[in-house]
Amino acid sequence: MSATTATEAATETGAEVRELTYLGAFNEAMFQLMREDEDIFVAGEDVGLQGGVFGSFKGLADEFGERRVVDTPIAEQAIVGLGIGAAVAGLRPVVDLMFMDFVMVAMDQIANQAAKLKYMFGGKAELPLTITTNGGAGLSAAAQNSQSLEAMLCHVPGLKVVMPSSPHDLKGLMVACVRDNNPTIIVKNKRMFGVSGPVPEELYEIPLGVGNVVRQGSDVTVVAYGRMVEESAKAAKRLSEEQGIECEIVDPRTVQPLDTDMIVASAKKTNRIVVVHEAVRFGGLGAEIAAQVQEEAFDYLDAPVGRIAAPFSPIPFSPGLEGHYVPNAKRISAGILETLGRPVPGA
Amino acid sequence: MEPSVEVLKDLHHRMLRIRLFEEAAGKLFEGNKMPGFLHLYVGQEAVASGVCVAMRDDDQVSSTHRGHGHLVAKGGDLSKMMAELMGKADGYCNGKGGSMHICDLDLNMLGANGIVGGGAPIAVGAGFANKYRGNDTVSVAFFGDGSTNIGAFHEAINMAAALKLPVLFVCENNEYGEYTRRDKVMAINDVVDRAAGYGIPGVIVDGMDAIAVHEAALEGLARARRGEGPTFIEAKTYRYYNHHGVQTLGMKYRTDEEVDEWKKKDCIVAFEKRVTEAGLISAEELAAVRREVEIEVEAAVEFGENSPMPDVSTLLTDVYTEMA
Repeated sequence: MSATTATEAATETGAEVRELTYLGAFNEAMFQLMREDEDIFVAGEDVGLQGGVFGSFKGLADEFGERRVVDTPIAEQAIVGLGIGAAVAGLRPVVDLMFMDFVMVAMDQIANQAAKLKYMFGGKAELPLTITTNGGAGLSAAAQNSQSLEAMLCHVPGLKVVMPSSPHDLKGLMVACVRDNNPTIIVKNKRMFGVSGPVPEELYEIPLGVGNVVRQGSDVTVVAYGRMVEESAKAAKRLSEEQGIECEIVDPRTVQPLDTDMIVASAKKTNRIVVVHEAVRFGGLGAEIAAQVQEEAFDYLDAPVGRIAAPFSPIPFSPGLEGHYVPNAKRISAGILETLGRPVPGA
Repeated sequence: MEPSVEVLKDLHHRMLRIRLFEEAAGKLFEGNKMPGFLHLYVGQEAVASGVCVAMRDDDQVSSTHRGHGHLVAKGGDLSKMMAELMGKADGYCNGKGGSMHICDLDLNMLGANGIVGGGAPIAVGAGFANKYRGNDTVSVAFFGDGSTNIGAFHEAINMAAALKLPVLFVCENNEYGEYTRRDKVMAINDVVDRAAGYGIPGVIVDGMDAIAVHEAALEGLARARRGEGPTFIEAKTYRYYNHHGVQTLGMKYRTDEEVDEWKKKDCIVAFEKRVTEAGLISAEELAAVRREVEIEVEAAVEFGENSPMPDVSTLLTDVYTEMA
């Protein structure tokens, strides 16, 4: 399944393509999932009457009531623990951490409890737990409300970590997360809430661990996930139009499990690869992907694996600084040109 | 109200199973036949037994760093437990959990925990599931005095109180958090004082008296089943061995005299004296039960020793549930 499936399918049948925002796609997934399965409930800060601070859960309390849409104390450890205990007892909880940064507050319950229970118990526990959260910078939310911490999460065996890059993917991946019998963390990007795209009306699932080739190209592979797919697409369009460089953009969609096969296949095809992420460069996914690509496709590479990521500092508040912190289309273009050994304008 | 003879026998049986299992585990540990860490429950048997006799089979338990006693009291299979403590293939967790993660989900025992305070949020989640389903099942969070100082515990109990969940919080106050006296790390004398801060009732019981614990647990469980929310029980008790391992005496952090004083209040000795003097259970019958448990424990040790080490092929199994 690819990001364009919905559009293609609709075009083939001649039907009108229905568009939803990123947030709308998530919200629709929640409604449809909760209608389908009585064991699904959502708990978190402000998820009830307020529908979540960003509106992710808007309207759910009206339809499903306080029993299934639960306002909790501001207590991230207990929120995740609530999900773990309820999951072990047979429910299918969705628990919300308002900001991805709050993962750090709940890390014992996430990494020491949820991730390991099954293994520690000799396989006897099932943990159909979904943790939803909101990551990403670019809103002047400063250092404690903007981080991309996926590298920390996907370092923990037992967790699945999902970073959707479009409304279509967000809905399908959310469905997969909730139906999965493992603890999953799905990270919405805060700057994508209003982004619109085609989203099928029915409930559909995008399998976790299966990436998507967003754009075909022959000159260089760009691995990106979350909002960086959109920025990379802008960069690719410009490079194609202005310099005839054809980027292949591959989106793993889930960073744990990681679709290494897709990434390696693309690297073998283009012989050059750059990884783009919002998280800081040091110890980020780019390092892991670079390592895996050199293990699997060393002889195919014509250049070192490039990494385009945030610098090694906390995220600044001021737009004047933050604008230079998060990778954007311009920085991605420059990084791609560098990997291609082409002159970088203004460098 | 004095419990029935049947209940008394049950309390005694569970306490003995814990005591003899733990003593045997301690010996094996001393003989280097048990890898890793061992946190023995000896001394505190009246708490787990009193509470678990009061519970129904469908009620869940989340346990602690010192969790063997809770599994035994919930009806755990001593052979599978012993094998697990030895890291063997036939253990409860196939050798992947050990002492700190021992569990039996079929008995609704949701696991001991390697993180102090880590279990309370899980019990609250189980309690949430019970309320969600509209059944009258209750979850019990066992925890030590030490865990009430950690954030997760506070978050969990506050949430249970706020959401009025059917959870019974049972504090095993053994006066030490690892190797530090409780009064050095807590500015209150009774842990139960914290209950008021959550707006839930709290009660202190003699944690060396299984009958008293049983009675308090029955009340707390009934209250939860009626939909009236959590109750906090503080059981004053004591662990005979160190935080970890089998050493008892000659330590700096507590005096030998103190250990001896508590041993005079031993929960099993006191219980046996009480029921025989009252003519409720005969000394012969108590001795027969002890022999029976001794045989069960010997068989458990043998089972554990004969069980193979886990096959290396299992190293990477059960990290994830495979999805079709």
